[in-house]
Amino acid sequence: MKPMDFSTTTDRTRFRITVNTIAKGVFFLSTIFCLLVLSLLLYRVFSQGISWINIDFLTGKQSTQAERAGIFGAILGTLWLMVVVTPVTLFFGVGTAIYLELYARKGRFQSFIQTNIANLAGVPSIVYGILGMTVFVRALDLGNIILAGGLTMSLLILPIIIVASQEAIRAVPYQLSEASYGLGATKWQTVKRIILPAALPGILTGAILSLSRGIGETAPLVVIGIPALLIPFPNGIFDKFTVLPMQIYYWTLDSTLVAEYANLAAATIVVLLVLLVTLNVTAIMLRNKFQHRF
Amino acid sequence: MQMNVSVRDLMRQQKKRRVYIQRLEKLIPFFLFIIACGSVLTTLGIIYTLLSNAIAFFSHVSIWEFFTSTVLKPLSKEPQFGVLPLVAGTLTSTVIAMFVATPIGLMVAIYLSEFASSRARKILKPILELLAGIPTIVYGFFAFTFVTPILQKVIPSLEATNILSPGIVMGVMIIPMIASLSEDAMNAVPNTLREGALALGSTRFEMALKVVIPGALSGIIASIVLGISRAIGETMIVTIASGSSKNFSFDVTQSMQTMTAYIVEVTGGDAPAGSTIYYSLYAVALTLFIFTLLMNYVASMITKKFKEDY
Repeated sequence: MKPMDFSTTTDRTRFRITVNTIAKGVFFLSTIFCLLVLSLLLYRVFSQGISWINIDFLTGKQSTQAERAGIFGAILGTLWLMVVVTPVTLFFGVGTAIYLELYARKGRFQSFIQTNIANLAGVPSIVYGILGMTVFVRALDLGNIILAGGLTMSLLILPIIIVASQEAIRAVPYQLSEASYGLGATKWQTVKRIILPAALPGILTGAILSLSRGIGETAPLVVIGIPALLIPFPNGIFDKFTVLPMQIYYWTLDSTLVAEYANLAAATIVVLLVLLVTLNVTAIMLRNKFQHRF
Repeated sequence: MQMNVSVRDLMRQQKKRRVYIQRLEKLIPFFLFIIACGSVLTTLGIIYTLLSNAIAFFSHVSIWEFFTSTVLKPLSKEPQFGVLPLVAGTLTSTVIAMFVATPIGLMVAIYLSEFASSRARKILKPILELLAGIPTIVYGFFAFTFVTPILQKVIPSLEATNILSPGIVMGVMIIPMIASLSEDAMNAVPNTLREGALALGSTRFEMALKVVIPGALSGIIASIVLGISRAIGETMIVTIASGSSKNFSFDVTQSMQTMTAYIVEVTGGDAPAGSTIYYSLYAVALTLFIFTLLMNYVASMITKKFKEDY
């Protein structure tokens, strides 16, 4: 009988270990690639835009002259849009979540609504834009005003806020509601005074995150037909408006005509990103502060 | 005397209150049910809007012509509406995006779930979330003003608006989605399987390749399908960086229009309501809607049918 040849197995093992090391390196590099792209993107935008940001830019009117252009109207438009979106989505989102989690009987209808929400979350944002244009702008004849844009945006982020609220409600320990029932409270009293307050931080975190999604969304508003023209500052939900992403869109498109517009777009992106980061940090802080209460 | 409220009155008050509470208890579920129907109404609204207007479009242009013609000239004197150039644009950009997103996304997922220390994971995951949270318009700006000029140095024949650069950037945008969904699927593979593989002498790479990936395959494939659906529906990146050429071709160095970009172009151009070009919007949107719905359905079927229960 031939003795076992250890040299081949040693070689084989060495080879396998080398492959393992290389693979680990490649996997690590692909993760680093993401980091690199992110920093490149941020560096690019900030280096191009930061020098254009000053008080005049933040508080100025729109203008065709790059040096005099400001984005105050777009900032106001974004805020007004949120004034419409926040109450509408909270009302419908939390209401639906309460119904699905606490009232609906487990059965066909409940799973139908649940599937429906999951499907809505996958519908491209531009389709919501078409729905908004057809229903709000044309059929209800609102025109391209803040109310129409806000309602469209609400439909878009509603699925996200419903799912977030459902998770928050599910996370409330059942002992709390048992104790409430034990003290003789009715179902709605329990929901209103025990479950909702306990779920509120989670709901708010989800709401802020989905709002920040809405702030950055452009496609539905393009479809609704926000004009590139100079419009006065919006003063209410029935005014015409523009928002930060729309401003970025038009300035990027026109940068082939006027080179400085690219810098304006970059500066607006910086403002938008700062706004989004602020919102997200608020959400994370909210989550951390109230996380381990039970 | 202060005590002019009799016990009988108190009982009556109490009863009134109880009746009110009971009525509220009966009303609230009904009220919440109506709110919950809002989401169903949205779906019905989308389907009705798209279908009714698309049917109006198909009374001007035959369905056969729409789905088989390779010529799209909505603005010429004798307009022709073939959706295939747009489908070609959408497919091309999606394929490019998935060529970038699938390998990198999966490698990131494997690194995070199998190789990274918990400390590295804590740093890397928020960064990925950040990448996922950047608005698509910013990616569009990045593709148009940064990636295209760089690519033009490598490929001199590249046009200022082309499908290659938005495709790549779209891939980068989808990486976090594939990575985090696949990582979730990999985390669901029980550690006993991993330990079994390691105890048999396999390296970590072999364990990942032969145990973890097969075990998480349904989740991984579902994440890729969802990524495809996302790429098909993506609008702003392609609108900005890919131009509006409606030629039927698969040349990635040239401008190509996707279905989403066509919708933006038509609505932005103030097409008069009632014209054929206005209705073509809905036919294209319906096609897009069906494409993404199909993808999402496939993804949920894969996760349901092939889910490994440990």
